[in-house]
Amino acid sequence: MSVSADRPEEGFRFSQLIYDTRYRSYTIQIFALIVIMLAFAWLLNNAVVNLERLGKTFEFGFLWETASYDINQRLIDYDSTSTHGRAALVGILNTLLVAVLGCITATVVGVIAGVLRLSKNWLIARLMTVYIESFRNVPVLIWILIVVAAINETLPPPAAYRGEDGMSGYLWESVFLTNRGFYIPIPVFGEGSTVVVVGFLISCVAIWFFSRWARKRQDATGQILPVFRINLALFFLPALLLYFIAGMPITLEDPVLRGFNFQGGIFMRDSLIGLWLALSIYTGAFVAEIVRAGILSVSKGQTEAAFALGLRPNRTMNLVILPQALRVIVPPLISQYLNLTKNSSLAIAVGYMDATGTLGGITLNQTGREMETMLLLMSFYLVVSLSISAVMNAYNERVKLRER
Amino acid sequence: MVQEHTARFVADKQIPAAPPPRSESGAIAWLRTNLFSGVFNTILTLLGLYVIYLVMAGITPWLFLDSVWNASSLSNCREIDDGACLAVINERWLQFFFGFYPDHLRWRPSLTFALLFVSLYPVLFSSAPRKLLILSAAYPLIAYWLIWGGSIWGPVLVAAALGIGFLIVQYGSRALANVMDEGVAFLTSVGLAIIAAVLWWLFLVVPLDDLLTSIVNIGLEPVESARIGGFLLSLILGFTGIAGSLPIGICLALGRQSNLLIIKAFCTGFIEFIRGVPLITLLFVASVLLSYFLPPDTEFDLILRVIIMVTAFASAYMAEVIRGGLAALPRGQYEAADALGLDYWKSMRLIILPQALKISIPGIVNTFIGLFKDTTLVSIIGLLDPVGILNPIRADQNWNGIVWELYGFVALFYFIFCFSMSRYSMYLERKLETGHR
Repeated sequence: MSVSADRPEEGFRFSQLIYDTRYRSYTIQIFALIVIMLAFAWLLNNAVVNLERLGKTFEFGFLWETASYDINQRLIDYDSTSTHGRAALVGILNTLLVAVLGCITATVVGVIAGVLRLSKNWLIARLMTVYIESFRNVPVLIWILIVVAAINETLPPPAAYRGEDGMSGYLWESVFLTNRGFYIPIPVFGEGSTVVVVGFLISCVAIWFFSRWARKRQDATGQILPVFRINLALFFLPALLLYFIAGMPITLEDPVLRGFNFQGGIFMRDSLIGLWLALSIYTGAFVAEIVRAGILSVSKGQTEAAFALGLRPNRTMNLVILPQALRVIVPPLISQYLNLTKNSSLAIAVGYMDATGTLGGITLNQTGREMETMLLLMSFYLVVSLSISAVMNAYNERVKLRER
Repeated sequence: MVQEHTARFVADKQIPAAPPPRSESGAIAWLRTNLFSGVFNTILTLLGLYVIYLVMAGITPWLFLDSVWNASSLSNCREIDDGACLAVINERWLQFFFGFYPDHLRWRPSLTFALLFVSLYPVLFSSAPRKLLILSAAYPLIAYWLIWGGSIWGPVLVAAALGIGFLIVQYGSRALANVMDEGVAFLTSVGLAIIAAVLWWLFLVVPLDDLLTSIVNIGLEPVESARIGGFLLSLILGFTGIAGSLPIGICLALGRQSNLLIIKAFCTGFIEFIRGVPLITLLFVASVLLSYFLPPDTEFDLILRVIIMVTAFASAYMAEVIRGGLAALPRGQYEAADALGLDYWKSMRLIILPQALKISIPGIVNTFIGLFKDTTLVSIIGLLDPVGILNPIRADQNWNGIVWELYGFVALFYFIFCFSMSRYSMYLERKLETGHR
């Protein structure tokens, strides 16, 4: 809206609040703000009145009270005399555990399925289509229930491994799959193991520095070092050397069947395994489609151009195809990670004690503090989501096409 | 420049075409190129065949050859044959479809479902008669009345608010135009109409409903929410969520793209919050927390609370999908709309949104599919959707220990719905393709 020059300059008129686009936006916004604030005030007022009528307060003291329930899958020490706060922490760690495990396997499954779906092999491409469509179109909750049921129904009970003529485990009798869950060996860090661990960490740092140095050197001189092979050696050799020099301080403790159950080792409950597998193959189907779209988005001309320049196939892949495909693949991939993390809250349906199961489940029911527990639970998920999307935005910013 | 050719040999008769080599065409060639080209591919093919064999060998006898359709209990099933005990589906399918809806009233949800297709037809296919759209508009109220029953006056009075609002805008703006400016009169009357509708809903619907019911009692036998379950429930949640989330999602997307700082901040905050938390926590809020935020003693149906939460959840995702469509539209389209002198709403309605929505169809349908699948989560807060209905069935003494048949049946139901939705979206994409390639 332009103001014609010969129009006499007038003072502010009330009607300008509605007709003048400059002021109208303020009018609308202030009006909206008032409505929103009124709505919030109304909701909060209701909450205060309701809480008062029920004689409830709003405080987080219950987090330091004793939680008298047990959690059967945990990463840190916990027993029924621990506090609700610690129970929540155990739950949060359980959520993160299944999320991290799930993201890794979902990526592996998805990349393989996505690449195979593009395979020239007709049968394999069709099989992958069937896999992707059947997993994408059925709710994840049903898959979780099905996988847990499969573990419970098809695997033998721990007692089947008892005695001389019992079943034997897998991998030199150190892995036992039962209908209650999987028993796997636990690494025991003996005396002198710190040397090995520290050595390993140092070689990881060395790998990072070496890669940077090699890239700089290549930029400066054009010489290419076999970075991958050297890094591989750096990763394994020093740690292995130290391991044998220190006298093999890290050992594996196998689970052993005693009485009614296995002792020692790591116990992964059926619910954890089921949740993990179901989330991985479900999310894997989505990842496969993302990978396929990413690969298809790089035009064939790019490959041909790279070949015409004389690049060998693996360099073409690393330098031409992957950087362009990843730009398309990574953002939706990360939102799939986010979805997987949020879907892990379905653990409550199969009895895996994640944050929803502890904080939003038993703690809520025991203390009756719906407001506080839900607030904490939601903030936890919000923090996780916002950090994941911060990573995504940082990545997007880095690989964005610079144009104009 | 003409160049002279001196040929030593000129063919003077046509050589008859030879048949192509056997290995270059036909079934064998197809097999060679598509299944056995190279060692790696051959291994893959054999592996694939083995997997297919395993699955088929597992499923075929179990599901088709040895399955039992008529039995009274699981043990009875096992006595007859050792395959799938589909007798449980045979016995309980009505429960799967209607939950615990009263037996003699099942015609009502069935009719609702049939009407759903009639009212969806003009929305989904442009070849349908346009007059059917009236039915589509009235469908939500009809469906509500048919499923929950009760007096007809409640839904009618709720709908009447829209009519009253329309009348106020129509005549109010004309009457007010005499005393003030035309545009101001219009805005004022819209505001008045909204206030009138809210007041009508808050204070007048209930007494008027009672009054009208006492005069003319037209009604259906009421059905409690707790009795509604099964596929009926998931369809109710899914379709109301879908119908509600699209307009709200569009508004949120426009709000997030808008220049108005406060509105933008509010929309962004809402979207990020909803997308940041799992649906299950929102459902917990609906089941245990929402009543805290409502006036004391408000009775609020659990299904309704869940519908509100599910709609809000889907709206946030929808908003992001549509925002993608808005962002993907070339800037020239926005500038062209401004150049035509259209105001904000006109340019959005006539130029921007139709194109943005077309771009985002795949995402929109994906959100719908996701929403429909997510309705299974309500089983966790105790509603009897198809997953929730499994528990009472499995708790039954007769069917204790039955697993695969039930899960398979429910999974098949969701697969059919979601798969057809994704196929419809492909059809729509092809139909709306205007060829910018």
